[in-house]
Amino acid sequence: MSGLVISELNISHGAIRAVNDLSFTVKPGELAAVIGSNGAGKTTLLRTLSGLKSAHSGSVEWNGQSILRKKPEDLVRSGIVHVSDGKSVIPELTVKENLALGGIWRKDKKDVALATAEAIELFPRLGERMQQSADTLSGGERQMLAIGRALIARPKLLLLDEPSLGLAPLVIDQIFQAIKALRDRHNLTVVLVEQNAMGALRIADIGIIINLGKLVASGPAHELIDNPSLRAAYLGY
Amino acid sequence: MRNFLGHSSRRLKAAIAFPLIGLALFLLSNRVDELRVYQGANVAVFVVAIISIILLTGYSGQISLGHGALMAVGAYAAVLSQIYWHLPVILTFFVAVLAAAGFGAILGSAAGRLTGPYLAGTTLALAVGLPSLANQFGFLGGEQGLNYDVGLPPAWLGADFTQYKWFFWISGLAALIITWLSFNLLGSHYGRNWRALRSNPTAAALMGIHVGRSKVLAFTVSSGLAGLAGALLAMTISLVTPSAFPTSLSFSIVTGAVLAGVTLLTGSIVGAVVLVAIPEITGALATHLGGSEKVTSNLPGLLTSVLLIVAVLLFPNGPQAIMKRTRKSSQ
Amino acid sequence: MERLFNTILIGVSGGSIYSLMALALVLVWRSTRVVNFAQAGQAILSTYIGYEVITHTDNYWLAFPIALVAGALTGALIDILMVRTLMKRAHSGPVAGIAPVIATLGLLGLIRAIVGMIWGGDLRQFKLPVSNHGFTFGHNTIPFAPINLLIVVTTVVVMLIFSVIFQRTNLGLSLRASAYQPEIARLAGIRVDLTRTIGWAFAGAAGAVAGMLVTPTNYLSPNSLDLLLVSGFVAAVIGGLESLVGAAVGGLILGISLALVLEYISSSLAFPVAFVVLIAVLLVKPSGLIGAKRTRHA
Ligand SMILES: Nc1ncnc2c1ncn2[C@@H]1O[C@H](COP(=O)(O)OP(=O)(O)OP(=O)(O)O)[C@@H](O)[C@H]1O
Ligand SMILES: [Mg+2]
Repeated sequence: MSGLVISELNISHGAIRAVNDLSFTVKPGELAAVIGSNGAGKTTLLRTLSGLKSAHSGSVEWNGQSILRKKPEDLVRSGIVHVSDGKSVIPELTVKENLALGGIWRKDKKDVALATAEAIELFPRLGERMQQSADTLSGGERQMLAIGRALIARPKLLLLDEPSLGLAPLVIDQIFQAIKALRDRHNLTVVLVEQNAMGALRIADIGIIINLGKLVASGPAHELIDNPSLRAAYLGY
Repeated sequence: MRNFLGHSSRRLKAAIAFPLIGLALFLLSNRVDELRVYQGANVAVFVVAIISIILLTGYSGQISLGHGALMAVGAYAAVLSQIYWHLPVILTFFVAVLAAAGFGAILGSAAGRLTGPYLAGTTLALAVGLPSLANQFGFLGGEQGLNYDVGLPPAWLGADFTQYKWFFWISGLAALIITWLSFNLLGSHYGRNWRALRSNPTAAALMGIHVGRSKVLAFTVSSGLAGLAGALLAMTISLVTPSAFPTSLSFSIVTGAVLAGVTLLTGSIVGAVVLVAIPEITGALATHLGGSEKVTSNLPGLLTSVLLIVAVLLFPNGPQAIMKRTRKSSQ
Repeated sequence: MERLFNTILIGVSGGSIYSLMALALVLVWRSTRVVNFAQAGQAILSTYIGYEVITHTDNYWLAFPIALVAGALTGALIDILMVRTLMKRAHSGPVAGIAPVIATLGLLGLIRAIVGMIWGGDLRQFKLPVSNHGFTFGHNTIPFAPINLLIVVTTVVVMLIFSVIFQRTNLGLSLRASAYQPEIARLAGIRVDLTRTIGWAFAGAAGAVAGMLVTPTNYLSPNSLDLLLVSGFVAAVIGGLESLVGAAVGGLILGISLALVLEYISSSLAFPVAFVVLIAVLLVKPSGLIGAKRTRHA
């Protein structure tokens, strides 16, 4: 089966079970929002999907192939790109160097140049700050840089960890719109982890709500938005 | 209340155990040959030196690659106080402790602010450079060194009481006293502070422990012990020279502490025995296998280093971690 | 005035070698977060290999690249055989934090013992590749000799090569990214383990160059580079331990100050001065005199 298929996944941090018997599927080209409050296990889930953390049991398949026990650097090469939380940029490097990292392993240097141009077109602000050290960027600009770098790897499955964290509402909107645009343009499969439930579900096709590592609900995003009981308990609006 | 009782009964046990161990050792020293007695004295010296590292590294979480240099400070202080002030031997040991502790306090106040790499490098610099200073100042006796004489054993011990036995008695007694004092120190609130510091400096600071002062104290105490070990070492060779305190001495002590488990006071005896046994083992190997002087003279260094590397690679989290794991799996 | 100038020149030559050693330490520190005390051993092994080539071929210029390659290979090998295992296994407990340092210490002892077994403890000497008689201008002979010039020029070339690699190539970008943020580097597809091995190889090469440059005006024995290790460490600390430029500048600062002390005060003070400089820097400006913004934590 194609797409991202997660079944009965368990992930532990020592004695703590951070993800508990989690199963869900994201079809190719779908934008899935994974919603949950602090400590729900969202980051842990993404870290396992990108190979940074090993799972305890269960299976994860991407386009029919198991991706558990693979290294992050190999998963990147097969198109799974993770933008970790906390604005995943390297502050000691310049904007240009941060972007260059995205395509550093790729052989097709022409396409790297093309992808870089596309990223700058999507986030023009990056283009104006190429020689600046990433340290000097604002929170929103860092997030743009992190996503821009991910795009240069030409991802097929994009994993985003709370891109809205700490950003002003206007900037959040901008980032979310960019994510949706990207998905539409490149037919990306996206797993978007968010605490900002409303914003994420609005652009998503499907929603997955987890709490304390367990699946609470999943389904088409608009249905979740309209569900009054979920609204009160988990979506917080 | 129970805690208190438990604590004091432990103390009581120790108060009985230590003299008994001492007695057993000293009786033993009458039964074995001279070489073993001499090696016994060396074991005792290393016990003191290893304990100094255990207090520092195992409890306060600091590292020193330069304790050989602090031993040299103690040894030179002892011998100088004997030459210039004509102090009795027992007092020269105290001078050794004080001098090294003073030196350690100065170093420690720099060290208290340093973490890992800086402390390691600074102490290593000390180990490499300090002993060679002796060659540059006349009163330190240069490469020939200074004679350090603890005197003959007192007459009342009998005519067949040898010099080596006397060394063994002195250093053995010192080792026992130091072990006992260290037990008590680690049981006190200083010991608890150090442990808190080692496992999490930030949390320790939040608990109201003065991190800097605690670290400096640990460094000072540890240096004092190293100074004593240095004076004892000098005693066993009746001489204080730069070449008695090479960098490899610092490394050996650290090796001993790692083999001892770094947090186990009683482990120090294991580490010390291994350190003393290494030359013996390599000596035996050399006579069996033959080989040139080049090879045989480097065998001890080779064996010590291999032991150190293997110990660190096999138990990077300390031998205790292994014990815990086997205990868990046997349940 | 002339005396001062000459002293500074000699200081630059000595400092260049410290810079190279500092560079070797910084390269490993950045990639592995350990001060590699075995560097003295790696450098001495490479230098003995160079010595061996010189005794057989009588050619310093052939020995130099061979020693350099030997240094790089040793560094890579150490990373693959020892550091990798250590990084995987050391997690927690009283020893974990100090395990890497202790391992490098053990390695220093091991290499030294092996070198001693092969070549013995006698002091040996290189044939000078170029003269050590000072340059003469008219009637004036200055202490700065062709050998010093060789040292300075070689160091400058090595530093230039490294800065080009680090600033202009993808390999350099990988090395920097892995040093600063290994996790983000992995997510960007960089093979961080391999990159670290390359860092160790570069460091080994830099140490070998330092050994090959310092030995002609000195002697060679299994521990003849110990003091250089200490000086290199002091230089690296002056430079902030993180930065390549810092290593270079730190080496020069130390070299020149030592030369001044030796010339104007006393020749027996070299070690105490270096040590006092180290302690002073650590107390006054623990982040190093140059650049480094971040605070000093292991
Ligand atoms: N390295 C770790 N060691 C131990 N426990 C951890 C570790 N990382 C996460 N946890 C625990 O696992 C659980 C899930 O954490 P996780 O970071 O995945 O949550 P999250 O959903 O991303 O939360 P947030 O929205 O706050 O980022 C939490 O209870 C957390 O304390
Ligand atoms: Mg999270």
